[in-house]
Amino acid sequence: MKNDPKRILRYTPIERANHWLSALTFILLALSGLAFFHPAFYPLTQLFGGGVWARILHPFIGVVMALSFGIMFFHYRRDNGITAADREWLGHVREMVDGDDRNMPEAGKFNGGQKLLFWLLVASMVLLILSGIVIWRAYFTFLFPAWIIRLSSVVHAVAATVMIALIIFHIYAAIWTRESMDAMLYGWVRRAWAKQHHPAWFRQITGGDR
Amino acid sequence: MALQSLDIIRRSATTTPSPGQRKTPEVAKLIDVTKCIGCKACQVACMEWNDTRDRIGTNHGVLDNPVDLTADSWTVMRFAEVVTERGLEWLIRKDGCMHCADPGCLKACPAPGAVVQYASGIVDFHEENCIGCGYCITGCPFNIPRLSPKDSKVYKCTLCSDRVVAGVEPACAKTCPTGAIVFGTKEDMLRHAEERIGELKERGFARAGLYDPKGVGGTHVMYVLHHADKPELYSGLPKDPAIGPAVELWKGAAKPLAALGLALVGAGAFFHYVTKGPNEVSGEIEKEFDDEK
Ligand code: HEM
Ligand code: SF4
Repeated sequence: MKNDPKRILRYTPIERANHWLSALTFILLALSGLAFFHPAFYPLTQLFGGGVWARILHPFIGVVMALSFGIMFFHYRRDNGITAADREWLGHVREMVDGDDRNMPEAGKFNGGQKLLFWLLVASMVLLILSGIVIWRAYFTFLFPAWIIRLSSVVHAVAATVMIALIIFHIYAAIWTRESMDAMLYGWVRRAWAKQHHPAWFRQITGGDR
Repeated sequence: MALQSLDIIRRSATTTPSPGQRKTPEVAKLIDVTKCIGCKACQVACMEWNDTRDRIGTNHGVLDNPVDLTADSWTVMRFAEVVTERGLEWLIRKDGCMHCADPGCLKACPAPGAVVQYASGIVDFHEENCIGCGYCITGCPFNIPRLSPKDSKVYKCTLCSDRVVAGVEPACAKTCPTGAIVFGTKEDMLRHAEERIGELKERGFARAGLYDPKGVGGTHVMYVLHHADKPELYSGLPKDPAIGPAVELWKGAAKPLAALGLALVGAGAFFHYVTKGPNEVSGEIEKEFDDEK
């Protein structure tokens, strides 16, 4: 599979490893966080060794995710600048959801939807990190006045809800768009896949139509 | 402080009814600030009964000792020197849990049964269920619970729930040498407060009154204040304490709605897949790249 001239490298091994580190820590954070979110989810604490362990571990896992996500942010931020074509893509997003991509403007390495998702995730993550530090009782909360702690509790819960919804959407988009999971798992994509889903990127990489 | 209790009316992070067959009258502790001489006998009685021993602290140049509530000091006397229309006054308030009828700590707590409220109105922490997140501190409008640095559990005044179930008054009330702390049913305490306030008014304290704030549904620790119009004078006793908009939003109806929203996103994705099918490479493009296979 290495250097297969018929395939295109979409994600390097480092990129893939870091993506999955973010994914794994995110899932652990979502499960342990939801346990505190509503009593219906409290049994999830058992996955972490009980309520006290879930409380201890959650913010430390958060630090790992913050680092991993931070690397992803700096790595991909230039690929995610929103252009006029992306705005047009987003304007046609209903057709795309309907499964009809004939009128979609050509996407580059990432399409308009992926870019919008990227920035929404970045915003959520920044809010989660800042508010998460404020409500981390063991080390930081004593530094802040009550109103900031209360506000941060709300912000953390809201940003977490938004981010979990965005990630459910992100995972579904990866399942829906066949073979894109392979791209993140193994790194390489078929040229046909690239031309279908990211034609502008395909041309840029191959320098032509094939 | 855990008890074999069948008189629980509310439990934190619990969506089903709590064991509440046993009926007990609503109680209250009435602290008459106008009678308090600041001797701290109640502080001593509290640590004696509850077997807590705080670390020896340092003197801060004031009588407050310790200077703040801690996981080992569940009540402290707060001394305030204020100038009022009556001249220099020394206002001494016994601080501690107010045992709110609508407790912010219980509302905020994410651990099932770590905070309970008895039919008597007493709000108690069951530390064996506490996970140490500190949300109760965030939720409390009076800044009362304290996280122990030793075991990462929160502690606060229990209103001597272990004494009250046995029919005796809290240790602080038992010990107060001036009778500034009295304990009984909430009804009796309201009546007693009214008498005291009448007396104070006769003696020239025109603004004397009861502190039983409605914003938290009333409290089961009440104060008689000489300046009931200005509770802030008493070392920052809040004038209109309430759980507050941020905590209401954080812990209110938005939570189950948000959880439902997440479930809908998941369900929406699933039904999109089974109705629209996957997003595959078109046959046309596949043909162009036949050599790939
Ligand atoms: C730097 C990153 C993060 C830090 C430092 C952090 C820290 C915290 C802390 C201290 C709490 C309070 C509960 C506890 O003591 O464990 C909490 C709650 C929570 N966290 Fe995080 N967290 C971070 C990231 C995340 C992420 C990425 C998610 C999303 C999956 C998340 C979801 C939640 C949820 C749902 C709660 C419960 C909110 C509520 O009170 O209703 N956290 N977090
Ligand atoms: S004063 Fe604070 S700790 Fe006491 S019952 Fe009210 S909210 Fe809970």
